Amino acid sequence: MSVSVRIPTILRTYTDGAAEVTADPGDGATLADLLETLDQSYPGLKGRVLDDSGNLRRFVNVYVGDEDVRFAEGLATPTPAGASVSVIPAVAGGC
Amino acid sequence: MPLPPLVEPADELTIDEVRRYSRHLIIPDVGMVGQKRLKNAKVLVVGAGGLGSPALLYLAAAGVGTLGVVDFDTVDESNLQRQVIHGQSDIGKPKAVSAKESVAEVNPYVEVVLHEERLDEDNVLRIFEPYDLILDGTDNFATRYLVNDAAVLLGKPYVWGSIYRFEGQVSVFWAEHGPQYRDLYPEPPPPGMVPSCAEGGVLGVLCASIGSIMVTEAIKLITGIGEPLLGRLMVYDALEMSYRTLKLRKDPAGEPITGLLGDYEAFCGAVSEEASEAVKGSTISVTQLEQWIKERENGERDFVIVDVREPNEYEINKIPTAVLIPKGEFLNGSALEKLPQDKQVVLHCKTGVRSAETLAILKGAGFADAVHVGGGVAAWVNQIDPSQPAY
Repeated sequence: MSVSVRIPTILRTYTDGAAEVTADPGDGATLADLLETLDQSYPGLKGRVLDDSGNLRRFVNVYVGDEDVRFAEGLATPTPAGASVSVIPAVAGGC
Repeated sequence: MPLPPLVEPADELTIDEVRRYSRHLIIPDVGMVGQKRLKNAKVLVVGAGGLGSPALLYLAAAGVGTLGVVDFDTVDESNLQRQVIHGQSDIGKPKAVSAKESVAEVNPYVEVVLHEERLDEDNVLRIFEPYDLILDGTDNFATRYLVNDAAVLLGKPYVWGSIYRFEGQVSVFWAEHGPQYRDLYPEPPPPGMVPSCAEGGVLGVLCASIGSIMVTEAIKLITGIGEPLLGRLMVYDALEMSYRTLKLRKDPAGEPITGLLGDYEAFCGAVSEEASEAVKGSTISVTQLEQWIKERENGERDFVIVDVREPNEYEINKIPTAVLIPKGEFLNGSALEKLPQDKQVVLHCKTGVRSAETLAILKGAGFADAVHVGGGVAAWVNQIDPSQPAY
Protein backbone atom coordinates (compact mmCIF):
# COMPACT_ATOMS: atom_id res chain seq x y z
CA MET A 1 0.00 0.00 0.00
CA SER A 2 1.30 3.42 -0.85
CA VAL A 3 1.59 6.77 0.91
CA SER A 4 -0.55 9.70 -0.24
CA VAL A 5 1.00 13.14 -0.42
CA ARG A 6 -0.94 16.43 -0.52
CA ILE A 7 0.66 18.91 -2.89
CA PRO A 8 0.00 22.63 -2.24
CA THR A 9 -1.04 24.88 -5.15
CA ILE A 10 2.36 26.54 -5.51
CA LEU A 11 4.12 23.18 -5.99
CA ARG A 12 1.62 21.68 -8.43
CA THR A 13 3.76 22.84 -11.34
CA TYR A 14 5.91 19.82 -10.44
CA THR A 15 3.01 17.36 -10.42
CA ASP A 16 1.20 18.37 -13.62
CA GLY A 17 -1.37 20.13 -11.49
CA ALA A 18 -2.18 17.11 -9.31
CA ALA A 19 -3.32 18.07 -5.79
CA GLU A 20 -2.55 14.64 -4.40
CA VAL A 21 0.03 12.09 -5.55
CA THR A 22 0.98 8.68 -4.25
CA ALA A 23 4.33 7.03 -3.81
CA ASP A 24 5.49 3.64 -2.60
CA PRO A 25 8.79 4.14 -0.79
CA GLY A 26 8.70 0.59 0.62
CA ASP A 27 8.52 -1.01 4.05
CA GLY A 28 10.11 0.88 6.91
CA ALA A 29 10.47 4.00 4.77
CA THR A 30 11.06 7.40 6.28
CA LEU A 31 10.14 10.85 5.04
CA ALA A 32 13.61 11.12 3.47
CA ASP A 33 12.95 7.91 1.48
CA LEU A 34 9.53 9.16 0.47
CA LEU A 35 10.96 12.45 -0.86
CA GLU A 36 13.57 10.50 -2.88
CA THR A 37 10.86 8.28 -4.37
CA LEU A 38 8.68 11.31 -5.18
CA ASP A 39 11.55 13.12 -6.85
CA GLN A 40 11.94 10.21 -9.29
CA SER A 41 8.39 10.74 -10.54
CA TYR A 42 8.31 14.51 -10.06
CA PRO A 43 11.81 15.90 -10.61
CA GLY A 44 12.49 19.09 -8.70
CA LEU A 45 9.87 18.53 -6.02
CA LYS A 46 12.40 17.43 -3.40
CA GLY A 47 14.43 20.60 -3.96
CA ARG A 48 11.45 22.73 -2.98
CA VAL A 49 11.12 20.91 0.35
CA LEU A 50 14.80 20.38 1.20
CA ASP A 51 17.62 22.90 0.97
CA ASP A 52 20.99 22.30 -0.71
CA SER A 53 22.32 20.61 2.44
CA GLY A 54 19.38 18.21 2.47
CA ASN A 55 17.63 19.77 5.48
CA LEU A 56 13.95 20.66 5.60
CA ARG A 57 13.50 24.24 4.42
CA ARG A 58 12.38 26.58 7.18
CA PHE A 59 9.47 28.02 5.19
CA VAL A 60 7.94 24.64 4.30
CA ASN A 61 6.27 22.35 6.79
CA VAL A 62 5.69 18.65 6.27
CA TYR A 63 3.03 16.81 8.20
CA VAL A 64 2.70 13.06 8.52
CA GLY A 65 -0.91 12.63 9.56
CA ASP A 66 -1.59 15.84 11.46
CA GLU A 67 1.84 15.99 13.12
CA ASP A 68 4.54 18.41 12.01
CA VAL A 69 7.65 16.27 11.40
CA ARG A 70 9.83 18.99 12.94
CA PHE A 71 8.32 17.92 16.27
CA ALA A 72 8.61 14.22 15.42
CA GLU A 73 11.79 12.77 13.94
CA GLY A 74 12.26 15.20 11.06
CA LEU A 75 13.33 13.46 7.88
CA ALA A 76 13.63 10.21 9.84
CA THR A 77 9.90 10.27 10.64
CA PRO A 78 8.37 6.97 9.48
CA THR A 79 5.93 7.16 6.56
CA PRO A 80 4.20 3.78 6.78
CA ALA A 81 1.87 2.43 4.12
CA GLY A 82 -1.44 4.25 4.21
CA ALA A 83 0.08 7.36 5.78
CA SER A 84 -1.13 10.71 4.57
CA VAL A 85 1.57 13.34 4.15
CA SER A 86 0.91 17.08 3.67
CA VAL A 87 3.33 19.71 2.42
CA ILE A 88 2.38 23.19 3.71
CA PRO A 89 4.49 26.06 2.40
CA ALA A 90 4.46 29.65 3.60
CA VAL A 91 2.13 31.82 1.52
CA ALA A 92 1.88 35.55 2.11
CA GLY A 93 -0.99 36.65 -0.12
CA GLY A 94 -3.88 38.54 1.36
CA CYS A 95 -4.46 40.95 -1.42
CA MET B 1 -8.18 25.01 25.23
CA PRO B 2 -10.78 27.78 25.75
CA LEU B 3 -9.36 31.19 26.59
CA PRO B 4 -10.83 33.89 28.85
CA PRO B 5 -12.64 36.71 27.03
CA LEU B 6 -10.21 39.24 25.60
CA VAL B 7 -12.39 42.29 26.26
CA GLU B 8 -14.41 43.50 29.26
CA PRO B 9 -18.08 44.24 28.53
CA ALA B 10 -19.21 47.80 27.80
CA ASP B 11 -21.53 49.30 30.41
CA GLU B 12 -24.66 49.00 28.31
CA LEU B 13 -26.25 48.67 24.91
CA THR B 14 -28.67 51.34 23.73
CA ILE B 15 -32.19 50.40 22.67
CA ASP B 16 -31.17 50.85 19.05
CA GLU B 17 -28.23 48.50 19.55
CA VAL B 18 -30.41 45.89 21.23
CA ARG B 19 -32.73 45.94 18.22
CA ARG B 20 -29.82 45.78 15.77
CA TYR B 21 -27.99 42.92 17.47
CA SER B 22 -31.04 40.89 18.52
CA ARG B 23 -29.99 37.79 16.51
CA HIS B 24 -26.75 37.73 18.48
CA LEU B 25 -28.42 38.49 21.80
CA ILE B 26 -30.68 35.47 21.63
CA ILE B 27 -27.74 33.08 21.12
CA PRO B 28 -27.03 31.89 24.66
CA ASP B 29 -23.25 31.77 24.10
CA VAL B 30 -23.12 35.41 23.00
CA GLY B 31 -26.02 37.07 24.79
CA MET B 32 -26.02 40.57 26.22
CA VAL B 33 -22.61 40.22 27.85
CA GLY B 34 -20.94 38.95 24.65
CA GLN B 35 -22.43 41.77 22.60
CA LYS B 36 -21.20 44.30 25.18
CA ARG B 37 -17.72 42.81 24.86
CA LEU B 38 -17.89 43.28 21.08
CA LYS B 39 -19.01 46.88 21.62
CA ASN B 40 -16.01 47.55 23.83
CA ALA B 41 -13.55 45.78 21.50
CA LYS B 42 -10.89 47.57 19.48
CA VAL B 43 -9.79 45.55 16.46
CA LEU B 44 -7.12 46.58 13.97
CA VAL B 45 -7.30 45.25 10.41
CA VAL B 46 -4.00 45.44 8.54
CA GLY B 47 -4.80 45.80 4.85
CA ALA B 48 -8.22 46.79 3.43
CA GLY B 49 -7.71 44.43 0.50
CA GLY B 50 -8.86 40.91 -0.29
CA LEU B 51 -9.03 39.58 3.27
CA GLY B 52 -9.55 42.96 4.93
CA SER B 53 -12.67 43.71 2.86
CA PRO B 54 -14.96 40.92 4.09
CA ALA B 55 -13.30 41.03 7.52
CA LEU B 56 -14.09 44.72 8.05
CA LEU B 57 -17.66 44.35 6.78
CA TYR B 58 -18.45 41.44 9.11
CA LEU B 59 -16.62 42.90 12.12
CA ALA B 60 -18.62 46.09 11.61
CA ALA B 61 -21.91 44.27 11.20
CA ALA B 62 -21.17 42.20 14.32
CA GLY B 63 -20.90 45.39 16.36
CA VAL B 64 -17.18 45.63 17.11
CA GLY B 65 -17.07 49.11 18.63
CA THR B 66 -13.78 50.38 17.24
CA LEU B 67 -12.20 49.29 13.97
CA GLY B 68 -8.74 50.43 12.91
CA VAL B 69 -7.74 50.20 9.26
CA VAL B 70 -4.12 50.26 8.09
CA ASP B 71 -3.80 50.88 4.36
CA PHE B 72 -1.87 53.35 2.24
CA ASP B 73 -3.08 52.10 -1.16
CA THR B 74 -5.80 53.43 -3.45
CA VAL B 75 -8.67 51.48 -5.02
CA ASP B 76 -7.86 50.06 -8.45
CA GLU B 77 -10.30 48.55 -10.94
CA SER B 78 -8.54 45.18 -10.64
CA ASN B 79 -9.33 45.13 -6.89
CA LEU B 80 -13.10 44.99 -7.40
CA GLN B 81 -13.20 41.29 -8.38
CA ARG B 82 -12.68 40.45 -4.69
CA GLN B 83 -12.36 43.53 -2.47
CA VAL B 84 -16.08 43.85 -1.81
CA ILE B 85 -15.80 46.73 0.65
CA HIS B 86 -14.92 48.98 -2.32
CA GLY B 87 -17.16 49.82 -5.29
CA GLN B 88 -17.00 51.28 -8.78
CA SER B 89 -17.26 54.88 -7.54
CA ASP B 90 -14.33 54.32 -5.16
CA ILE B 91 -11.74 53.79 -7.91
CA GLY B 92 -8.81 56.11 -7.21
CA LYS B 93 -9.91 56.77 -3.62
CA PRO B 94 -7.70 55.76 -0.67
CA LYS B 95 -8.76 52.25 0.40
CA ALA B 96 -8.86 53.31 4.04
CA VAL B 97 -11.35 56.10 3.26
CA SER B 98 -13.46 53.86 1.04
CA ALA B 99 -13.52 51.20 3.78
CA LYS B 100 -14.60 53.75 6.37
CA GLU B 101 -17.50 54.90 4.18
CA SER B 102 -18.68 51.32 3.64
CA VAL B 103 -18.47 50.53 7.34
CA ALA B 104 -20.50 53.65 8.18
CA GLU B 105 -23.21 52.39 5.83
CA VAL B 106 -23.19 48.87 7.34
CA ASN B 107 -23.15 50.02 10.96
CA PRO B 108 -23.11 53.68 12.04
CA TYR B 109 -22.37 52.69 15.65
CA VAL B 110 -18.84 51.61 14.77
CA GLU B 111 -16.02 54.07 15.22
CA VAL B 112 -13.43 53.73 12.44
CA VAL B 113 -9.84 54.90 12.96
CA LEU B 114 -7.74 55.28 9.82
CA HIS B 115 -4.00 54.69 9.65
CA GLU B 116 -3.14 55.74 6.12
CA GLU B 117 0.48 54.78 6.25
CA ARG B 118 2.71 51.89 5.34
CA LEU B 119 3.28 49.73 8.41
CA ASP B 120 6.98 49.74 9.27
CA GLU B 121 9.46 49.23 12.09
CA ASP B 122 9.01 52.81 13.29
CA ASN B 123 5.22 53.02 13.52
CA VAL B 124 4.01 49.46 14.15
CA LEU B 125 4.19 49.48 17.95
CA ARG B 126 2.50 52.88 18.17
CA ILE B 127 -0.28 51.81 15.77
CA PHE B 128 -0.91 48.42 17.43
CA GLU B 129 -0.77 49.64 21.03
CA PRO B 130 -4.40 50.78 21.53
CA TYR B 131 -5.97 47.64 20.02
CA ASP B 132 -7.12 44.43 21.70
CA LEU B 133 -6.71 42.25 18.63
CA ILE B 134 -5.15 42.44 15.18
CA LEU B 135 -6.23 40.86 11.90
CA ASP B 136 -3.41 40.36 9.43
CA GLY B 137 -4.51 40.27 5.79
CA THR B 138 -1.46 41.80 4.14
CA ASP B 139 0.16 40.64 0.93
CA ASN B 140 3.87 40.25 1.59
CA PHE B 141 6.24 38.38 3.88
CA ALA B 142 7.99 41.49 5.22
CA THR B 143 4.74 42.81 6.72
CA ARG B 144 3.75 39.33 7.93
CA TYR B 145 6.91 39.04 10.04
CA LEU B 146 6.64 42.67 11.17
CA VAL B 147 3.04 42.13 12.37
CA ASN B 148 4.04 38.95 14.17
CA ASP B 149 7.02 40.38 15.95
CA ALA B 150 5.14 43.50 17.04
CA ALA B 151 2.21 41.40 18.31
CA VAL B 152 4.62 39.19 20.28
CA LEU B 153 6.39 42.20 21.80
CA LEU B 154 3.08 43.81 22.80
CA GLY B 155 1.60 40.52 24.04
CA LYS B 156 -1.37 40.83 21.69
CA PRO B 157 -3.19 38.04 19.88
CA TYR B 158 -3.70 38.19 16.15
CA VAL B 159 -5.65 36.35 13.52
CA TRP B 160 -3.63 35.46 10.47
CA GLY B 161 -4.90 34.48 7.04
CA SER B 162 -3.32 34.00 3.64
CA ILE B 163 -4.66 33.11 0.22
CA TYR B 164 -3.43 31.92 -3.16
CA ARG B 165 -5.58 30.87 -6.14
CA PHE B 166 -8.00 28.33 -4.59
CA GLU B 167 -6.20 27.71 -1.33
CA GLY B 168 -6.12 29.47 2.01
CA GLN B 169 -4.50 29.13 5.41
CA VAL B 170 -5.76 30.59 8.70
CA SER B 171 -4.55 30.52 12.27
CA VAL B 172 -4.53 32.47 15.53
CA PHE B 173 -1.16 33.41 16.95
CA TRP B 174 -0.65 34.52 20.54
CA ALA B 175 2.77 33.90 22.01
CA GLU B 176 1.54 34.16 25.60
CA HIS B 177 -0.89 31.28 25.15
CA GLY B 178 0.45 29.29 22.20
CA PRO B 179 2.45 29.42 19.01
CA GLN B 180 3.35 32.52 17.02
CA TYR B 181 4.03 32.81 13.29
CA ARG B 182 7.74 32.06 13.57
CA ASP B 183 6.89 28.73 15.20
CA LEU B 184 5.08 27.86 11.97
CA TYR B 185 7.54 29.39 9.51
CA PRO B 186 10.82 30.39 11.20
CA GLU B 187 12.10 32.11 8.06
CA PRO B 188 10.56 33.57 4.92
CA PRO B 189 11.14 31.84 1.59
CA PRO B 190 13.85 33.32 -0.60
CA PRO B 191 12.56 35.99 -2.96
CA GLY B 192 10.99 34.71 -6.15
CA MET B 193 10.24 31.24 -4.81
CA VAL B 194 6.68 31.86 -3.64
CA PRO B 195 4.43 33.87 -5.96
CA SER B 196 2.04 36.47 -4.55
CA CYS B 197 -1.60 36.62 -5.58
CA ALA B 198 -0.74 39.64 -7.74
CA GLU B 199 1.45 37.23 -9.72
CA GLY B 200 -0.47 33.98 -9.45
CA GLY B 201 -4.04 35.19 -9.07
CA VAL B 202 -6.68 34.51 -6.47
CA LEU B 203 -10.29 33.38 -6.71
CA GLY B 204 -12.25 36.41 -5.53
CA VAL B 205 -14.62 34.55 -3.26
CA LEU B 206 -11.71 32.78 -1.54
CA CYS B 207 -11.20 36.09 0.28
CA ALA B 208 -14.65 35.68 1.82
CA SER B 209 -14.02 32.02 2.74
CA ILE B 210 -10.84 32.88 4.60
CA GLY B 211 -11.87 36.36 5.78
CA SER B 212 -15.03 34.96 7.37
CA ILE B 213 -13.01 32.36 9.31
CA MET B 214 -10.77 35.19 10.50
CA VAL B 215 -13.77 37.18 11.77
CA THR B 216 -15.25 34.09 13.41
CA GLU B 217 -12.01 33.63 15.33
CA ALA B 218 -11.92 37.33 16.25
CA ILE B 219 -15.44 37.18 17.69
CA LYS B 220 -14.61 34.00 19.62
CA LEU B 221 -11.49 35.57 21.12
CA ILE B 222 -13.25 38.82 22.08
CA THR B 223 -16.17 37.07 23.73
CA GLY B 224 -14.23 34.07 25.08
CA ILE B 225 -16.43 31.41 23.50
CA GLY B 226 -15.57 28.16 21.76
CA GLU B 227 -12.23 26.66 20.84
CA PRO B 228 -9.91 29.22 19.32
CA LEU B 229 -7.78 28.28 16.31
CA LEU B 230 -4.70 28.95 18.45
CA GLY B 231 -2.25 26.08 18.02
CA ARG B 232 -3.99 24.84 14.88
CA LEU B 233 -3.58 25.71 11.22
CA MET B 234 -6.68 25.59 9.04
CA VAL B 235 -5.98 24.76 5.40
CA TYR B 236 -8.86 25.29 2.97
CA ASP B 237 -8.97 24.01 -0.60
CA ALA B 238 -11.86 25.48 -2.58
CA LEU B 239 -11.55 23.06 -5.50
CA GLU B 240 -11.83 20.01 -3.27
CA MET B 241 -14.05 21.89 -0.85
CA SER B 242 -12.03 20.55 2.03
CA TYR B 243 -10.97 22.03 5.34
CA ARG B 244 -8.13 20.37 7.23
CA THR B 245 -6.71 21.42 10.58
CA LEU B 246 -3.11 20.66 11.44
CA LYS B 247 -1.50 20.92 14.85
CA LEU B 248 0.89 23.80 15.55
CA ARG B 249 3.28 23.95 18.45
CA LYS B 250 5.77 26.33 19.95
CA ASP B 251 9.16 25.62 18.41
CA PRO B 252 11.49 24.73 21.30
CA ALA B 253 14.44 25.71 19.10
CA GLY B 254 12.85 29.07 18.22
CA GLU B 255 14.78 32.22 18.98
CA PRO B 256 12.93 34.49 21.43
CA ILE B 257 11.71 37.76 19.94
CA THR B 258 13.23 40.55 22.01
CA GLY B 259 12.85 43.48 19.62
CA LEU B 260 11.90 44.40 16.08
CA LEU B 261 14.34 43.76 13.27
CA GLY B 262 15.95 46.84 11.78
CA ASP B 263 14.76 46.14 8.26
CA TYR B 264 12.02 43.64 7.42
CA GLU B 265 12.28 44.34 3.70
CA ALA B 266 15.89 43.19 3.81
CA PHE B 267 14.98 40.17 5.98
CA CYS B 268 12.48 39.01 3.36
CA GLY B 269 14.24 40.43 0.33
CA ALA B 270 12.54 41.80 -2.76
CA VAL B 271 14.88 39.93 -5.10
CA SER B 272 17.63 37.41 -4.35
CA GLU B 273 21.29 38.38 -4.17
CA GLU B 274 21.94 36.40 -7.35
CA ALA B 275 19.23 38.33 -9.18
CA SER B 276 20.33 41.75 -7.99
CA GLU B 277 23.86 40.88 -9.10
CA ALA B 278 22.65 39.61 -12.49
CA VAL B 279 20.63 42.72 -13.37
CA LYS B 280 23.52 45.15 -12.80
CA GLY B 281 24.35 46.65 -16.20
CA SER B 282 21.91 44.17 -17.77
CA THR B 283 18.61 46.00 -17.40
CA ILE B 284 16.97 47.92 -20.23
CA SER B 285 13.95 50.22 -20.04
CA VAL B 286 10.81 49.81 -22.14
CA THR B 287 11.76 52.88 -24.19
CA GLN B 288 15.13 51.29 -24.92
CA LEU B 289 13.36 48.09 -25.90
CA GLU B 290 11.06 50.01 -28.24
CA GLN B 291 14.18 51.52 -29.86
CA TRP B 292 15.85 48.10 -30.08
CA ILE B 293 12.78 46.66 -31.84
CA LYS B 294 12.97 49.48 -34.43
CA GLU B 295 16.69 48.78 -34.92
CA ARG B 296 15.93 45.10 -35.40
CA GLU B 297 13.32 45.96 -38.05
CA ASN B 298 16.07 47.93 -39.84
CA GLY B 299 18.46 44.97 -39.61
CA GLU B 300 20.79 46.85 -37.25
CA ARG B 301 20.35 44.52 -34.30
CA ASP B 302 19.21 40.98 -33.57
CA PHE B 303 17.72 39.53 -30.40
CA VAL B 304 14.81 37.45 -29.15
CA ILE B 305 12.32 38.64 -26.53
CA VAL B 306 11.31 35.95 -24.02
CA ASP B 307 8.29 36.43 -21.77
CA VAL B 308 8.77 34.38 -18.58
CA ARG B 309 5.23 34.83 -17.26
CA GLU B 310 2.48 32.17 -17.26
CA PRO B 311 0.24 31.46 -20.29
CA ASN B 312 -2.82 33.12 -18.72
CA GLU B 313 -0.89 36.34 -18.21
CA TYR B 314 0.42 36.22 -21.79
CA GLU B 315 -3.20 36.14 -22.97
CA ILE B 316 -3.94 39.46 -21.25
CA ASN B 317 -1.16 41.59 -22.73
CA LYS B 318 2.21 41.13 -24.40
CA ILE B 319 5.23 42.86 -25.84
CA PRO B 320 5.20 42.37 -29.65
CA THR B 321 7.26 39.40 -30.95
CA ALA B 322 7.84 38.04 -27.42
CA VAL B 323 7.79 34.26 -27.13
CA LEU B 324 6.43 32.69 -23.97
CA ILE B 325 8.69 30.43 -21.88
CA PRO B 326 7.44 30.44 -18.26
CA LYS B 327 10.02 30.87 -15.50
CA GLY B 328 9.40 27.31 -14.26
CA GLU B 329 11.00 25.99 -17.45
CA PHE B 330 14.17 27.90 -16.59
CA LEU B 331 14.11 26.46 -13.08
CA ASN B 332 13.89 22.87 -14.34
CA GLY B 333 16.32 23.56 -17.18
CA SER B 334 14.01 22.69 -20.09
CA ALA B 335 13.93 26.32 -21.34
CA LEU B 336 17.61 26.42 -22.23
CA GLU B 337 17.30 24.19 -25.28
CA LYS B 338 14.52 26.38 -26.65
CA LEU B 339 16.71 29.49 -26.68
CA PRO B 340 18.78 30.50 -29.70
CA GLN B 341 22.51 30.30 -28.98
CA ASP B 342 23.42 32.94 -31.58
CA LYS B 343 21.10 35.75 -30.55
CA GLN B 344 20.95 38.04 -27.56
CA VAL B 345 18.09 37.15 -25.19
CA VAL B 346 15.83 39.88 -23.73
CA LEU B 347 13.75 38.64 -20.79
CA HIS B 348 10.63 40.24 -19.39
CA CYS B 349 7.79 39.42 -16.98
CA LYS B 350 5.00 41.52 -15.46
CA THR B 351 7.07 43.96 -13.40
CA GLY B 352 10.69 42.79 -13.60
CA VAL B 353 11.05 40.57 -10.52
CA ARG B 354 10.62 37.15 -12.13
CA SER B 355 12.70 38.20 -15.14
CA ALA B 356 15.50 39.28 -12.77
CA GLU B 357 15.49 35.85 -11.12
CA THR B 358 15.42 34.19 -14.54
CA LEU B 359 18.28 36.39 -15.75
CA ALA B 360 20.46 35.04 -12.92
CA ILE B 361 19.74 31.48 -14.10
CA LEU B 362 20.41 32.39 -17.73
CA LYS B 363 23.69 34.12 -16.99
CA GLY B 364 24.73 31.13 -14.89
CA ALA B 365 24.07 28.99 -17.99
CA GLY B 366 26.47 31.08 -20.05
CA PHE B 367 24.14 33.59 -21.74
CA ALA B 368 26.46 36.43 -20.78
CA ASP B 369 24.84 39.17 -22.90
CA ALA B 370 21.25 38.45 -21.82
CA VAL B 371 19.30 41.40 -20.39
CA HIS B 372 15.92 41.93 -18.77
CA VAL B 373 13.33 44.68 -19.11
CA GLY B 374 12.92 46.85 -16.00
CA GLY B 375 9.25 47.30 -15.17
CA GLY B 376 8.22 44.48 -17.50
CA VAL B 377 5.07 44.41 -19.59
CA ALA B 378 3.34 46.60 -16.99
CA ALA B 379 5.70 49.45 -17.91
CA TRP B 380 5.30 48.63 -21.61
CA VAL B 381 1.51 49.00 -21.39
CA ASN B 382 1.82 52.10 -19.24
CA GLN B 383 4.41 53.96 -21.31
CA ILE B 384 4.46 52.49 -24.83
CA ASP B 385 1.15 50.82 -25.64
CA PRO B 386 -1.78 51.96 -23.45
CA SER B 387 -4.19 50.26 -25.87
CA GLN B 388 -3.50 46.96 -24.08
CA PRO B 389 -5.11 46.18 -20.71
CA ALA B 390 -3.05 46.20 -17.53
CA TYR B 391 -3.65 43.69 -14.71
